[in-house]
Amino acid sequence: MHREKLQLYLIALLLIALGTGLTLYKHFTLDFPLLPGERQQLWTIEAQISFQAQNKPVMVSLARPSGGNGYQTVQEDFASSGYGFALKENETQNRAQWTKRLADGKQIIYYRLQASRLDHQPPATPLTTAPELAAVDLDGPVMTAARAIVDEAQQQSADNQSLTVQLLQLLNNPAPSQDVQVLQNLSSGTGVDAETIVQLLALAEIPARVIKGIELEDRRRNQALVSRIEVFSENKQLYFDPAHSVEGLSENFLIWQQGGTSLLDVSGGQDSQVRFSTLVNDTSARTLALRSAKAEQATLIDFSIYSLPVADQNAFKTILLVPIGTLIVVFLRVIVGIRTSGTFMPILMALAFIQTTLLTGLAIFIVVVSIGLWIRSALSNLNLLLVARISSVVIVVIGIMATLSIISFKLGLEQVLTVTFFPMIILAWTIERMSILWEEEGAREVLTQGSGSLLVASLAYLLMTNPLVEHLTFNFPELLLVMLAINLLLGQYTGYRLTELVRFEPLVRHKGQSHD
Amino acid sequence: MINWCWPSQLREQGIMGMNERNSWFIGRYNDRRNYPLVDNKLKTKRLAEDAHIAVPELIGVIRTQHEASKAGSLLNSLNDFVIKPAQGSGGKGILVIVERDGEYFLKPSGERLTLLDIQRDVSNILGGLYSLGGKPDVAMIEARVEFDPVFADYSYEGVPDVRVITFLGYPVMAMLRLATHTSDGKANLHQGAVGVGLDLATGRGLNAVQFDRPIRHHPDTDITFDQLTVPHWEEILHLAAACYEVTELGYMGCDIVLDKNKGPLILEMNARPGLAIQIANDCGLNPRLKQLEKEGRRRASVKERVAYAVREFSTPAS
Repeated sequence: MHREKLQLYLIALLLIALGTGLTLYKHFTLDFPLLPGERQQLWTIEAQISFQAQNKPVMVSLARPSGGNGYQTVQEDFASSGYGFALKENETQNRAQWTKRLADGKQIIYYRLQASRLDHQPPATPLTTAPELAAVDLDGPVMTAARAIVDEAQQQSADNQSLTVQLLQLLNNPAPSQDVQVLQNLSSGTGVDAETIVQLLALAEIPARVIKGIELEDRRRNQALVSRIEVFSENKQLYFDPAHSVEGLSENFLIWQQGGTSLLDVSGGQDSQVRFSTLVNDTSARTLALRSAKAEQATLIDFSIYSLPVADQNAFKTILLVPIGTLIVVFLRVIVGIRTSGTFMPILMALAFIQTTLLTGLAIFIVVVSIGLWIRSALSNLNLLLVARISSVVIVVIGIMATLSIISFKLGLEQVLTVTFFPMIILAWTIERMSILWEEEGAREVLTQGSGSLLVASLAYLLMTNPLVEHLTFNFPELLLVMLAINLLLGQYTGYRLTELVRFEPLVRHKGQSHD
Repeated sequence: MINWCWPSQLREQGIMGMNERNSWFIGRYNDRRNYPLVDNKLKTKRLAEDAHIAVPELIGVIRTQHEASKAGSLLNSLNDFVIKPAQGSGGKGILVIVERDGEYFLKPSGERLTLLDIQRDVSNILGGLYSLGGKPDVAMIEARVEFDPVFADYSYEGVPDVRVITFLGYPVMAMLRLATHTSDGKANLHQGAVGVGLDLATGRGLNAVQFDRPIRHHPDTDITFDQLTVPHWEEILHLAAACYEVTELGYMGCDIVLDKNKGPLILEMNARPGLAIQIANDCGLNPRLKQLEKEGRRRASVKERVAYAVREFSTPAS
């Protein structure tokens, strides 16, 4: 006996460990949120490439993001009719490539990316080795001006970071020096462009490069990429906005392109350009985890409910709630000691309540069963065989349901229309059992068991509709193992039921008095 | 205000709870294989008759609807009888006819039934209305027990019976179940019958219970229970103990009735006897069962087992 118990405890422990282990694995490694409330921002960035094709073979190559600054690619779409598509990856830059044998006229290619910033992931970019010093391509007076600025910055700084800060301060001074003005004249716009700054840094023997990306904002169209300077300092990378001397990237900065390669190459076309539009969605974190896990091909996800079509997933949403109901029934029977009419009838009622909502469901149930009992008592005088009588009760129940629906519809009580969600066979059996119970054990027992059933059904309903429970059962089906373990443990509970503490109380009270 | 107590207090009194009964005693001492022997009253009766254990006489068995419609002549020839489902539980579906009034059959309450009413009841039984899970069943027609008038003052209507709990064939606790007006002449505690705890040595009444609450008077006849003594006590204990050899169920309840002419008769056996008997006896079952788990001998004879129970489980007069 003791060995049996030990065995049971071991199995239960194993199940619990397995269930919680898998749950935690999914939470920490695959980023499944434990709470339903966790919603994350999902950015959709669309790059629209347009060019004029010249009746020649076309090849379009676009740099595409490869993470960084905490962003993770969730999904990529390549909408482009008639184009062959390939993803190219090399050490410095991932690229997307579209090709077509022959194209003419205006061509538009879309590249859509969904990305999300995962908060609890370290925002650091994977450390790449510092590139070689950028080639300096300055001459004559420009070179002299550049050297003067770098010298000045060097004198006022201690390390790579402070030097860069100094340099940017000098370059962005509202009253620029003459040297700075020489450099500004090089750039097309105002200020000094990022490429020139990288060359200045090379003069100071600091490795750096230009990166391009998007400052993500909701519902922006026709955006162009903006430049940032990535400075390699000892074992870390520092990021600077060329127009400001402050270090660091903003949270919304999505790095699109690193290194000096071009953003867009088009051969066989002209007047090419790429514009970006951005959009943000609030998505449940689960969806995100799912999509990125799918991208990673996690086996656990690959062979789970998520691999089913969405419609079947929704069916499982309900099915996975049933164990919660049965657990409630077991608990209320074994620990509390509530008597119900039919062991698992309350669960079916709770499932019906999910469709009808609790109060409507309770009202409908009581009305249908009361009318049913009344009609059933008339049927009992007709000397029918059991099966025929149940069948008649089913028809009566359907009649009641139809009548209720029609009357309530005419009265404008839309909620009552949900009466159809009650399983009629269950209703018919409930009526039959209750009427037998009434005849055999009296109204008292009918009330006890009836209210017991309703109580259990209501509790099961409340738990099954709890957002947290719903979330956990659907997203962590491995918790079924934990529920199995709890069932095993409840199954061997031999202590008193709560109702027995009341039932047997006279025995204790009596003994107490006799001792006095 | 609901009165309640701590689990530790109940444990101290040795009270057996429903979970403990189910998993510890029924689960371990009652082999599932033997359940049909007690759940099917027809089988019980046949087995008991073979073992020469006294039971009420079986008048007939109705097995099909066809037989039910033709049973009129048999029933009309009887003055009083009992119809019960062979596999009914909790006293469901038992119809007692005490008297005839021309065409009519009279129930203990005086309600008049026609032959058609009775045939409907029989067809319900055959349809499986009262059996567990709605299995098709058969209806048994038995001789009505002419109950010993010794309990006439105590029982409002119907047949009083003695429930004896036996463990490994040893009687461990007993109570007398008296029908009341509320229970419609049935000795079923769930339906409001009164349970009177009995001293295992003498058959003398101890305490009484109705609807799980102790009472001092019979609710209908107003008589107190302390002067009550069940006659043929030794024989009753022997009958109950002998059932163990028939069913091999370690933990069970035997229901015994006293017939005016035939003495104690086994009415039925129950593999899952209720727990209210503890309230009726004002005493927990656990100490006695634990003692028997330690001391009970498997090969003891019926006589030895009864002698042991009388010696060990007697309740001293308070």
